[in-house]
Amino acid sequence: MTRNLFQRALRISFHSGFMLSLAALPVNVVHAQNAPVNARMEHGRYLAVAGDCLACHTAADGKPFAGGLDLKTPFGIITTSNITSDKETGIGNWTFQQFDDAVRHGKGPNGHLYPAMPYTAYSQITDADIADLWEYIRTLPPVNHKVESNKLPFPYNIRTLLVFWNLLFFKDAAFVPDNSKSAEINRGAYLVQSLGHCGTCHTPKNALGGDTKDTFQGASLQGWFAPDLTNNAHTGLGQWTADDIVTYLRSGTNRYTAASGPMTEAIVNSTQHLTDADLQAIAAYFKSLPPRTVSPPQPLPASNAQVTAGQRDFMVECSACHRSSGAGISNMIPDLRNNPAVKAQNPDSLLNIVLKGTEGPATLANPTGAAMPGFGWKLQDEQIANVLTYIRNSWGNAAPALSAADVSKARAAINAQPAVPR
Amino acid sequence: MRRRDALKGGLVLLATSTLASIYKPAYSKTLVGGSGAWKAQPPPPLSVVDSSRLVYLTQDEAKLVGTVFDVLIPADELGMGATEAGCVTFLDHQLAGPFGSAAKDYKLGPVVEGTPQQGPQSIATPAEIYRKGLAELNTVTRKKFDKAFPDLSEDQKVAFLEGMEAGTIQFETVKAKDFFTLLLQNVREGYLADPMYGGNRDMVGWKLVGFPGAVYDYRDWIVSKRGKKIDVQPVSLLRTT
Amino acid sequence: MHYKRPKADVVIVGLGWAGSTMAEELTRAGLNVVAIERGAWRDTSTSFPTTRNPDELSGSIRKDILQAPVTETYTVRNRPGETALPLRKYHNLTLGNNVGGAGTHWAGASWRWQSFDHQPYSRVMERYGAKQLVDGLILQDWGASYHDLEPFYDRFEKIAGTSGTAGVINGVKQPGGNPFEDSRTSPYPTPALERTRANILFSEATTRMGYSPFPVPSAMIGGPYTNALGINLAPCTYCGYCQLYGCGNWSKSSPNICILPVLMQRPNFTVVTESEVVRINTTADKKMATGVTFVDSDGNIGEQPADIVITATFTLDNTRLLLLSGISTPYDVNTGQGVVGRAFTFQTLSWAFMFFENEYLNPFMNTGALATQIDDFNGDNFDHTGLGFIGGAGIQSLCNQGLPIGMSGLVPEGSPRWGKGWKKAFQKSYQNYAQIQGQGTNFAHREQFMDLDPTYKDRFGQPLLRITYDYNENDRRSGRFIRDKCVEIAKEMGAREIKGVSLADDPYSGYTPWDSSHVQGGVVMGEDPRTSVQNRYQQNWDVPNLFVIGASSFPNNAGYNPTVAVGATTLWTAKAIKDLYLKNPGPLVRL
Repeated sequence: MTRNLFQRALRISFHSGFMLSLAALPVNVVHAQNAPVNARMEHGRYLAVAGDCLACHTAADGKPFAGGLDLKTPFGIITTSNITSDKETGIGNWTFQQFDDAVRHGKGPNGHLYPAMPYTAYSQITDADIADLWEYIRTLPPVNHKVESNKLPFPYNIRTLLVFWNLLFFKDAAFVPDNSKSAEINRGAYLVQSLGHCGTCHTPKNALGGDTKDTFQGASLQGWFAPDLTNNAHTGLGQWTADDIVTYLRSGTNRYTAASGPMTEAIVNSTQHLTDADLQAIAAYFKSLPPRTVSPPQPLPASNAQVTAGQRDFMVECSACHRSSGAGISNMIPDLRNNPAVKAQNPDSLLNIVLKGTEGPATLANPTGAAMPGFGWKLQDEQIANVLTYIRNSWGNAAPALSAADVSKARAAINAQPAVPR
Repeated sequence: MRRRDALKGGLVLLATSTLASIYKPAYSKTLVGGSGAWKAQPPPPLSVVDSSRLVYLTQDEAKLVGTVFDVLIPADELGMGATEAGCVTFLDHQLAGPFGSAAKDYKLGPVVEGTPQQGPQSIATPAEIYRKGLAELNTVTRKKFDKAFPDLSEDQKVAFLEGMEAGTIQFETVKAKDFFTLLLQNVREGYLADPMYGGNRDMVGWKLVGFPGAVYDYRDWIVSKRGKKIDVQPVSLLRTT
Repeated sequence: MHYKRPKADVVIVGLGWAGSTMAEELTRAGLNVVAIERGAWRDTSTSFPTTRNPDELSGSIRKDILQAPVTETYTVRNRPGETALPLRKYHNLTLGNNVGGAGTHWAGASWRWQSFDHQPYSRVMERYGAKQLVDGLILQDWGASYHDLEPFYDRFEKIAGTSGTAGVINGVKQPGGNPFEDSRTSPYPTPALERTRANILFSEATTRMGYSPFPVPSAMIGGPYTNALGINLAPCTYCGYCQLYGCGNWSKSSPNICILPVLMQRPNFTVVTESEVVRINTTADKKMATGVTFVDSDGNIGEQPADIVITATFTLDNTRLLLLSGISTPYDVNTGQGVVGRAFTFQTLSWAFMFFENEYLNPFMNTGALATQIDDFNGDNFDHTGLGFIGGAGIQSLCNQGLPIGMSGLVPEGSPRWGKGWKKAFQKSYQNYAQIQGQGTNFAHREQFMDLDPTYKDRFGQPLLRITYDYNENDRRSGRFIRDKCVEIAKEMGAREIKGVSLADDPYSGYTPWDSSHVQGGVVMGEDPRTSVQNRYQQNWDVPNLFVIGASSFPNNAGYNPTVAVGATTLWTAKAIKDLYLKNPGPLVRL
């Protein structure tokens, strides 16, 4: 009875590369899927991870890829579709052409897709990659799960309006390499701009949700500020080396910081599973971007009343983890000194993290998952404004002060708990 | 619940959060590795007790126990007395909660007395002991001094409590000595626990001894203040005073 | 409802230090492991946030983190023939009530035990002979020596991130460390913590007296550290909320911080929480374990079949589970035969409590194990000839207490306990109180044992475990000897008022203030099936696919805390399962 245990252990450990497969697969896919059977399917699976398809096409506690996740947009709720091979409720009857139309061109069987599906980025996927992706997606085990995808109110429920949106904001064109740059940078650009769809969050949007020309300069999205990814040392990735970027995307942490908010999920589900070469390429691409041209403001003086009051609260509430020097702990607790996230003009992420806390990134490379607890229930608006004003103007940081009204507004906007009465 | 703060397609998306699920009681769970972060149910936010009304004690009981508390921790030049510091409010709320009902105790029988080292065998709860003990307190002092406890002179009050403490004064419904132990334990707790529990007003107990309060980091002081007096205004968890 | 879970390769009962350490080893080896834990899931960031942790009332006083006696308790008596009665209120044995077990709320003293502690019988016979043993004393070797265990001590320290100053590395004495420690292969993973004023006074006094003070190794992390499993730990902040608290900022080693984040990533690991295992199931001939039966929090009865059963519950519950399951022979005090419940030990504590005249000891800056110790009178580090006992104690200046409710009773003898006089005395003593603990060895005796209580039952109607225990003459003698040493040091430290106490002078009670929470034995490992339940690999002599791990395997207690020894023996057994048992399932020791 127990004899076969050893053989099993051996088989799992060595023959099928147990640790290796753990490192290479998104963990929540391991159970759900049959192992890909050929190289193209395997490559397609990798592309699906790079595109993070699972994240949106799986409902909370739902079956993988069976859809049903409600995406809340400023225009209403869009529910993600079932992309398993179920013939009735999924895409089991689709042809490759239909798949390609949907993913790269934003056209579904019922008309135009809403750009909640990032076809604006996926349009740049190469012909070979989209074919491999289909090889994988079409084999997803069928799950019968009917999803009503469009719950938008009038007039946003009229799909034909998207013709005009696409005319304005959608460039339906394949990725064009820049021959003046290295192959590595071009590979990075391809991953970032197509499957990685980084600009979806990090590029500022106009009033109708279309990309502006300020690519990767940071954007505010429902309570979070997706930071500047350009090489600006004050607000962007200027201080980070390529290795810092790789470490961050692999582990969720690096010597300066730890991921928070939606980026945590992007790392856990997607980037941690990319190959070293691809992460290096992504880093090389970002390091090749020109810095955004902004000049840092002057910090508030230490004598500022908010700074003084904030320091006291920082010492009581924050220093246990971030240390009184603000230095934090490498690969675990963000260093608040000279930190672009702290001095971002837009304080949405800071407010969100302080009010609601944020889960720590738990990855195979760094399973720690040290989270920040929420302070919304504990601290009053004024205290939070003071603490943030203090950290935004200490240790080399400089950024505008925050007021109690700012905190109050953020509390309402992100549905954070009120401070307990006292 | 799996968290999906997903942001897609130039349209802005917010996670569906089921706030109702956050504070439901724990139950047996099966957690499988690799299925996403396993998160415990967050504990409910701390809160400040409502001192505007009594929740367990009657008005008379509250007044009486306050008189006893003020003998145990009187007002003097070192700080306010127990009642002013909120120790009765503290006790009232403690008795209304799991402490008062001895909710954590093993209460199955048979209930028999053992050796002292076998520990307390009574299954009477603190709430019951206070109710009976306070009722009997005045009865016993009336028998002994012809006065209710609050009407005794300070010296008489002290002598009476010393008798309870030493076991020379007996009650019928509760053990006077055990009741005294409970009174002393609870008044100290009320005087020194975080003010959110109703006592330690203005952090008087912490100021008495120089305890900095709800502080979670002494790295800057462990060497620099070694053996030295630290003058610091204490802090409470919710900054209540 | 009754239900049966899918069969696992391994079922582990209890997910504290021992269970999670074992689970990490076996899942890494590719086995499918299911752990069943009575408590709820707890993770550091959600359950012990710094935003609410510094609260003495809910922590040290109401003990919210502990498993409550209403869930399960023990009955106690001092000697056979007495009627045992239940511990009805929170008592000195501090069981965990969550995933992580007592390892979540422990104080954090992180000791390797000495060679002597693993082979006390051989060492005593060699140096003194049988005449050194008081009547009725049970003394036996473990079957695994310090030399066997050293690699596993080393590994466990690197999982825990233990802070300390090494005393002997590869046979070479190191400055500032414990000169009596057995040789280590590597230094402590993180440096020793800073010392308090009281620690320094102790250090200076003992140095003047010719002893060798050193920092007690601690679970409080001495600097940023990435552990052997790739998990990051943060440096300790000296906040003082360690014992009876979960650490909120990742700076006290615990299963929750050091191991569980890795297990959470492994698809071949499952934990079923809030489910209490009530029985180990066996084949009809009791030759093989087939799994366990548990009751979940909805009252459903579940079964978890498995090829290997490992129980890693609280020490005493390991014994209870074997007795409830009818596995191996229960100890019979009348005949001295039988093994389950035999060789039960506690800890022998001695103290010097002292008050200085004009100090600012700032007791609130502390950790659960912030202590400076001398080992000159521990184990067999000194000549016992003519003393009439074996063993001794680690003597330490322990700074683990600064919270005001807990200190409100610490005023010099004769001071008022209430009234204006108490306020004045408390104000002064708060800054002037210090303590020296003699944490002593404790040896088993034929009249110290555990069995099932004939009267009292748990919430499911199963008998409670009955403890029959009092100190034996060996422990009383060593306790007094150590108490006198503590007092001598306190005098040398310059204290104004000193009180020495040997707790073994009074009958054992589960409620004695200042007493230990350490209990050992009942399912001991050893070399002879007549005196041990398990062989040197913690494998049951009768049921070869059953391994009972934890301090229940230790036939004696050292003058140290047991956690790291539990970690080391667990890793030792894990290796035996992986390297020996899986290849050739069956008894690993044949007689």
